Amino acid sequence: MSKPRTLFDKVWDAHVVRPETPETPAVLYIDLHLIHEVTSPQAFTELRQRGLRVRRPDKTLATMDHSTPTTPRNHLGIIPVVDPMAISQLEQLRKNCAEFGIPLFELGDENQGIVHVIGPEQGLTQPGMMIVCGDSHTSTHGAFGALAFGIGTSEVGHVLATQCLLQRKPKTCAVRIDGRLGPGVTAKDIILALIAKYGVGGGTGYVFEYMGEAIRSLSMEERMTICNMSIEGGARAGMVAPDDTTFEYIAGRPFAPKGADFDAAVARWRTLPSDEGAVFDHELTLSASDLKPMITYGTNPGMGIPIDAPVPRPEDMPDARSRAALDKALAYMGLEPGKPLLGHPVDVVFIGSCTNSRLSDLRQAAQFFRGRKVAPGVRVMVVPGSQQVKRAAEAEGLDRIFKEAGAEWREAGCSACLGMNDDKVPPGKYAISTSNRNFEGRQGPGARTMLASPLTAAAAAVTGVVTDPRTLLN
Amino acid sequence: MEPISMITGKAVVLPVENIDTDQIIPARFLKVTDKSGLAAGLFEAWRYRADGTLNPDFPLNRPEAAGATILISGRNFGCGSSREHAPWALQDYGFRAVVAPSFADIFRSNALKIGLLPVTVEQTVYDELVAHYAVDPQMHLTIDLAAQTVTLPDGRQISFPIDAFSKYCLLHGVDQLGFLLNQEALIAAYEATHPQPVVTTAYSRGKTEEQGNDSMSA
Repeated sequence: MSKPRTLFDKVWDAHVVRPETPETPAVLYIDLHLIHEVTSPQAFTELRQRGLRVRRPDKTLATMDHSTPTTPRNHLGIIPVVDPMAISQLEQLRKNCAEFGIPLFELGDENQGIVHVIGPEQGLTQPGMMIVCGDSHTSTHGAFGALAFGIGTSEVGHVLATQCLLQRKPKTCAVRIDGRLGPGVTAKDIILALIAKYGVGGGTGYVFEYMGEAIRSLSMEERMTICNMSIEGGARAGMVAPDDTTFEYIAGRPFAPKGADFDAAVARWRTLPSDEGAVFDHELTLSASDLKPMITYGTNPGMGIPIDAPVPRPEDMPDARSRAALDKALAYMGLEPGKPLLGHPVDVVFIGSCTNSRLSDLRQAAQFFRGRKVAPGVRVMVVPGSQQVKRAAEAEGLDRIFKEAGAEWREAGCSACLGMNDDKVPPGKYAISTSNRNFEGRQGPGARTMLASPLTAAAAAVTGVVTDPRTLLN
Repeated sequence: MEPISMITGKAVVLPVENIDTDQIIPARFLKVTDKSGLAAGLFEAWRYRADGTLNPDFPLNRPEAAGATILISGRNFGCGSSREHAPWALQDYGFRAVVAPSFADIFRSNALKIGLLPVTVEQTVYDELVAHYAVDPQMHLTIDLAAQTVTLPDGRQISFPIDAFSKYCLLHGVDQLGFLLNQEALIAAYEATHPQPVVTTAYSRGKTEEQGNDSMSA
């Protein structure tokens, strides 16, 4: 009998080109390299300077998402880009993809979208694969039992040139989430609660494997929401063992295996889950049954509380360092310690990002907009994660529900998640955002971000204040 | 890449934990297609006030911080986004090393690739450095990469960990891509014996329905 292995061990072992030694890291083979306009240009420059080719354009896919506008199409059906720097960056990606033979989902294409939305929806993301991208939310793809993580631009160059990456083997951490979510509590609340419990550095050096009853009962889109924010807990990757939910999601997608090949793939994928008795280096736990909707009050994703809890008080913090951090965060956020967030006015609501912009997220949000109006003075941006999500939402009339309520229905992209396109939260204004980061200035200089689920965001959109979404459930 | 052996220089302390890469360089500065000039965006929201004037209270803006080459900061430095623009901006500003109780994984990896040395020290050592800096804003440190030591202001030498391969590359000024390119035979052998799960170019040829089998294409 060979030693029991974790899901992570199996995927890692299957991609070792050269084992690690005390002197050198492992050389790992990459099955899929996703690229976008922001973190790739300097890597292509490096390739040109050294006279190198892209080794495997057939394992590389590009999309435009970060610096793209999400303004509705003009009368010609074109999404106009007006920022000269964004134009230059998008043009550079177009040129690089054309020169090196890399397929590109361009702005306006029927399949364009956020890089971590399109991989899964195209069937490119499959169990057991090794996937990288110059973006920390690459952890999203781990929901399929792939090992997926973000890399820097130097490493983007490494993968373009050699299809390989140098890595030291990380440690493994079992994240056991038992119980069942109550009504109005979502996958987003699970991951926000986990990060609130263990902190933004709690997973540093580890790959998370999410397991337990709560995870098994989640859809693929919900599992993606959780894996997406692994990096917010410090873990470079998060994984979920593939099961029938995974296989059903993949079946029939454009890049999925077909017919007998699909059956053979499923048989292989069924061998991936962690073996009985496999040992993890660490374990974290959370009970889903006890959870309430979560919201952040501070300036990192670990500063989160149940929605009906008061903002923490510096004097309740365990040490001087966390008191100082809380003081700084509350000063930036303009929030009073000890006061509840419920009822706090909201200026902007953003429903989108690689965390929560998929069809099920939009459906959840839409239920609160149906038959209601956006509260006076609140700007609501609803930004589908991809053109495909947008079409699917429109096919079932979600766009009309949002628009009739007074929300903006926009084109696909990263949008207001990161303040590098035109979608921003104004200085000093409060946003409830379904995205993944509430860092100072993340959504624009001076923006005050409260992270929450699509349900909680939608509830605030129609009431104008922080609202417990459970009070609006039918 | 320039080889690194000894870094001796003035330090500046930024006593904040969990400094994320959005603080190091906000996303609106990432619309460039090269690496030059990123120092302009370094800690932009903290270095400047909302009206665009310099914030005199920010540690990097104080006169005694001029010419600092070593940044000392709180634990989990560089968390958040994978943007290599963060270490590029620190390097462009003039920093050669960052000393902290811990670093986020991707930041550490990115910094090592470009020769910005991440130096991990015990929390107690960090606390000592913060206290010393408060009374001696001209504090200098010496970092010896070969010996993996930091010489503290009181003369004590403490060691810091670094991956052997990264250390070799930094000491000799070689980049890691060269090592990978030399693995060509092993990479080709791997490809010859492993199936290709997806063929992305099948899309651009409009043939996505035909691919997805597990036969090798290499």
